[in-house]
Amino acid sequence: MVYDFLANLRDNNPLLLGLIRVLLIIVPILTLVPGLIWYERRLLSWMQDRVGPNRVATITLKNGKKIKLFGLLQPIADGVKLFFKEDITPKAIDRLIYFFAPALALFPAFALGGTMPWGPSEGFYGLLTPIANVDIGVLYVLAISSLGVYGIVLAGYASNNKYSLLGGLRSSAQLISYELAMGVAVASIVLATGSLKLTEIVRAQEGPLFGAITGLQNWFILTPYGFVAAVVFLICMVAESNRAPFDLPEAENEIIAGYHTEYSSMKFAVFFMGEYAAMFIFSGIFATLFLGGYNMLPINWLALGDYSSALKGVGEFMHSVNYWGAPIWFIGKCVFGITVYIWARATLPRLRYDQLMSLGWKSLLPTAVANFVVVAIWILAVRLHGFWIGVAAAALSYGMMYFLFKSFLGTVDKDKKVLEKRSVELVDGVVPEPVAAS
Amino acid sequence: MSLVPSIPPTTEQALFLGMAGLAAAASLGVVAIKSPIRAALCLVLNFFVLAFIYFSLGAQLLGITQIIVYAGAIMVLFLFVIMLLNLSAESETRKKFDFKIPLAALVGLGVFGIVGSQVLLPLQAINQPLSANDWGKPQALGYSLFTVYAWPIEAVSILLLVGIVGSIVLAKRKV
Repeated sequence: MVYDFLANLRDNNPLLLGLIRVLLIIVPILTLVPGLIWYERRLLSWMQDRVGPNRVATITLKNGKKIKLFGLLQPIADGVKLFFKEDITPKAIDRLIYFFAPALALFPAFALGGTMPWGPSEGFYGLLTPIANVDIGVLYVLAISSLGVYGIVLAGYASNNKYSLLGGLRSSAQLISYELAMGVAVASIVLATGSLKLTEIVRAQEGPLFGAITGLQNWFILTPYGFVAAVVFLICMVAESNRAPFDLPEAENEIIAGYHTEYSSMKFAVFFMGEYAAMFIFSGIFATLFLGGYNMLPINWLALGDYSSALKGVGEFMHSVNYWGAPIWFIGKCVFGITVYIWARATLPRLRYDQLMSLGWKSLLPTAVANFVVVAIWILAVRLHGFWIGVAAAALSYGMMYFLFKSFLGTVDKDKKVLEKRSVELVDGVVPEPVAAS
Repeated sequence: MSLVPSIPPTTEQALFLGMAGLAAAASLGVVAIKSPIRAALCLVLNFFVLAFIYFSLGAQLLGITQIIVYAGAIMVLFLFVIMLLNLSAESETRKKFDFKIPLAALVGLGVFGIVGSQVLLPLQAINQPLSANDWGKPQALGYSLFTVYAWPIEAVSILLLVGIVGSIVLAKRKV
């Protein structure tokens, strides 16, 4: 019935259906962002061995019993606080850009999901997702994510504050550097798929693993080249959303709060929300590109019947579970991505600026480019000579790339200055002598 | 109102006129606004609207490349430089008569006249607002780039590589 209604809408009133599709991306993000903030604070607390916000939403009954909700309403309390805070606007600002910047920061975060499918493109979900199944799906994601820098840069400029300006500058340099590696990592996936459409990329991952094992799905993170691309993409994704350990634009111990130093109350909340929405959608993009999109497990359920007829019924049942639960699996993968974000924040210290630049330009970009070449060799060798020759060729080319890179670094780094090295021994260690910068 | 007499006014035309008007206004803003950062933002707006005009023509790849390359990368660099130099709006007022102004206007009008006389007349005869199907899709472009134009694109990519190597050589510290 719902299907007929939607199909009717598609034929007669595509504009309304488009609006429904947009709302199906925007509304879940808007509703999940507060929960996300709670999740981050609690998980971070757990990882850092403290308690975190656990008091809000504890109801004490008359007989003294308490109903605990683990502080789930903390984000609402935070939101109310942000609403009622005094909204201070500095005098010496560029007023137009100052007010415009938070909106500009929020826009790409939401627009990013425009081509992302959260369900299969056949049947019922095909009517609801993605918003636009255009031929340039992946390019759209790259384009919109590169627009994310404007909000930050303009906020930094308009605040007329040195630290804000520094934050904006850092952000723009960071985004430009990491965009390249991200683009090349995505390009290797596009090469392996043969299409720029995100729906096609997911469908390519539903094929047999390595093109040979029919029972498993070819999730790109399970393939060697896809794994390398996934690592590069993951790092670039964290850098693009300005999260720790890449939160130099808002490094609080160096430049107060960076680009949003001069923003208070809801204007700050908008930046905050944009960051979390971007995290959420970037996780979704990561899931779409590398983790098989909306599929539950990397198993081709229907192919199970080929192995044993006893599994056939199970396979068909699980196939329909896999189909109808698609949004759940997808959101689950998004939550996994966010967990990785928080995990990285809890684990890794912030990068120094030169480390940031050398990681982006000297490690990630060469790795991504080498991976791109290897994917091309892999595809060519598999097509011409079959699977195992392809594996051998890919392994050989990875090795060659590695030695080329090493020998190249050897020639470059020979005369490199020895930078200051810092190390700390906590237990019973000898404190190392500091190596002076020559 | 019809832009081209041979095409009846449609919603598409209204959309086009709206976007083209915005693009033209933004490009005027680039040269008219004193504050460098606002002028640069006008340029961003112009690129963005131009990309939407490409989209409306069915040239998806061209439009998205416009956003990635110009709005996403080049303009960010522009903003970066403007912020780094901390340029502010020029405060000097031009009092003396400068003979360059009427000269520039004359040259500009002349160029507009030459280009317009060549472009506007053929435009009158256009009666097909949309390009052929699949014209602007990545498949079509990729196919022609890697078959018909394989050698030119290799040549161009080598040129770009030379450019990159040259810039590294120029910028690198002496070893």
